[in-house]
Amino acid sequence: MDFGDSPDEGAFRLRLREWLAANNPGLPPSSTADEYWAGQAAWHQTLYDAGFFGLSWPVEAGGHGLPSVYEVILDEELIAAGAPPRPSVGYLVQGLLEHGNADVRQRFLPGLVSGRDRWCQGFSEPDAGSDLASLRTRAVREGSEYVITGHKVWTSYSDQADWCLVLARTDPDAPKHRGISAFVVPMRQAAIEQRPLTMINGITREFGEVIFDGARVDAANMIGEPGEGWRLAMTIVSHEREPGELGYVGRYGKLVKELAQIVRGRPADFGAEQRRDLAWAMVEAEMLRCHVSRRLSDRLDGITHGPEGSVDKLLMTWTEQSVGHAALAIGGIAPAAVQDDTWLRVYLYSRAQSVMGGTSQIQRNLIAGRILEMPTA
Amino acid sequence: MDVRLSPEQVALRDSAAQVAGRLGLHAVADLDDTERAAKLDAAVSASGWRELRAESDDGGPWASAVEVAVVAEELGRGLADTPFLGPTMAADLRRLAGLAPATAAETVLLTSGLGDIAEAVVGVVPADGVAVDARGAATALILVNDTGRRRLGEVALGADAAGVDLTRPASQPGSVRTATLFETGTPLDDEALTRWRSLGLAVACADLVGVMRGALNLAADYARERKQYGVPIGSFQAVQHLLADALVLMEGSRSIALHAAWAVDAVSSREALAAAAAAKAYCARAARSVCETVIQVHGGIGNTWECLAHVFLRRALLSSDVFGGVGVNLERVLVAHGVGGTDGLR
Repeated sequence: MDFGDSPDEGAFRLRLREWLAANNPGLPPSSTADEYWAGQAAWHQTLYDAGFFGLSWPVEAGGHGLPSVYEVILDEELIAAGAPPRPSVGYLVQGLLEHGNADVRQRFLPGLVSGRDRWCQGFSEPDAGSDLASLRTRAVREGSEYVITGHKVWTSYSDQADWCLVLARTDPDAPKHRGISAFVVPMRQAAIEQRPLTMINGITREFGEVIFDGARVDAANMIGEPGEGWRLAMTIVSHEREPGELGYVGRYGKLVKELAQIVRGRPADFGAEQRRDLAWAMVEAEMLRCHVSRRLSDRLDGITHGPEGSVDKLLMTWTEQSVGHAALAIGGIAPAAVQDDTWLRVYLYSRAQSVMGGTSQIQRNLIAGRILEMPTA
Repeated sequence: MDVRLSPEQVALRDSAAQVAGRLGLHAVADLDDTERAAKLDAAVSASGWRELRAESDDGGPWASAVEVAVVAEELGRGLADTPFLGPTMAADLRRLAGLAPATAAETVLLTSGLGDIAEAVVGVVPADGVAVDARGAATALILVNDTGRRRLGEVALGADAAGVDLTRPASQPGSVRTATLFETGTPLDDEALTRWRSLGLAVACADLVGVMRGALNLAADYARERKQYGVPIGSFQAVQHLLADALVLMEGSRSIALHAAWAVDAVSSREALAAAAAAKAYCARAARSVCETVIQVHGGIGNTWECLAHVFLRRALLSSDVFGGVGVNLERVLVAHGVGGTDGLR
């Protein structure tokens, strides 16, 4: 049992630290301003080109084939350098690795991992939120293509995306979980309409609605077999619940560090209550770092994912919302004209964490049923 | 980095789980079963677990704090009513001071608030000092200020004074409150005491994780069996969500407590204390919440003496306060991040 570096890990850490010292793009906190997403793609590509992204993914997917725990080292060094978190595309990568055939993996994974191609995920619909399997978007075969018609919502980064992983019903007569297939749909086509949504913290570039009105996709872009879409969706959402896959240890660690710097700079401005909120955010962020180290160590023998992802999702959510409360306490609520409102935006954005990727209520249902083995009603 | 337990650590865990499962508490009435308690005590004595931090042939402890934490977690889970925290902390102090291992059962004397080891002033032991986990111990170790240097002494204990934890009774100094200074041994410097405190915090955290696991199992079993409206109460979403939150708190505690245990022997004393403080704040808050949930899920029964739920809560309350509770440890976390008071990390 060792949280410390092996000689190889230590050497990697030093190399990374040196590189970060010269290559930190200095973006604002993630998801607080539209400028963040404007600069994030370049950050993704720079990190990848330097050999520091996709550390634990297979070489043929564009990764480095390193042991899973290298991802924590990356998170820790990003925090230490005050650099932006690593890009959160791991859940898509895992979904393609597990369900895509050789052709799909070869065509799509390198661009996804390198950041050259931008991706979004078309799962939720206006009438299919927690009950995702009731989705109504249809895909109808026409020759060598499928024609997609439907309405997706909460589609993150859709306006920047080259590709969308779309869940659509291919067999309306099958039971609702079985008639769904997954497609990689090119986003640059006239039959796709983008309607950006403004989040409660004011950002406009993160969430959107996407209307597919007869959009076309090559049948070879189906991931897995017809009807395999639900299983792929479950693979993806289970990884989307894992902070180790998302790199959120780095995200929260950076925020906590910046909040501590504010308090250090103006100690007289902050009282016991604000410092206590900050202390809890520090403790939660530290817990999550240790927890991810534990989970990634458990994976050293190979990838597993199961109901424990719901535990991780709740820990991640509580951490983010604790950081959000510290941001509110320290950043305050003064108008933007008086004071930088970045921290208010961090707080407001944190409320989404208990909804996105499956609500906290759904995670609790899964934990109760699948880990605690509570009886069904 | 590989934070999985080694095969040896897994074997140790299994053996501690086996002893605590077989001879620990299964009902409140077991507290009065002296035959069982004697068997448990004999099994733990024979295991050598209380001596893991005693000095080995190479001068260091026989085992790292991780092994100690592995045992502590299982003893907490099984509500083992036999000393472990007290003698372990005493053995570590003796090693740090270069003293020979104790020849009889002993523990440590803490301040009245349990936040730190008590210190004798001009040889006089504070009357309100508390010897924790003191069952069977006739003496407790205490710091003695010997012309500005802190050395180890011992004080004779009076009768057991019970206390909040029914499984680990406390004791207090006897009528003669004079500390006897050990003739041999070296003074304890700040570095040694800081590391010792981080061990105490880490062992307490491991105990809290065990208590949470045991308490949660009790409540989950009850929720599967207890019927209202003709169905098990565990089928109600309201009950399920209480238990799910408790499980999540337990898992988060387990991760941060494991790190604290590793840190005791692996990093600088300052970093070890910072890791232990973060773990203690998290685990103490979590344990109270989990144990309160366990009482709630048991309904009226959970509020009666006969239900084990309060025995878990009581054990958690003691472990939460030894070497400092939530407030003190949050302050340590702030200091470690450079946003705390001016008197440094202690």
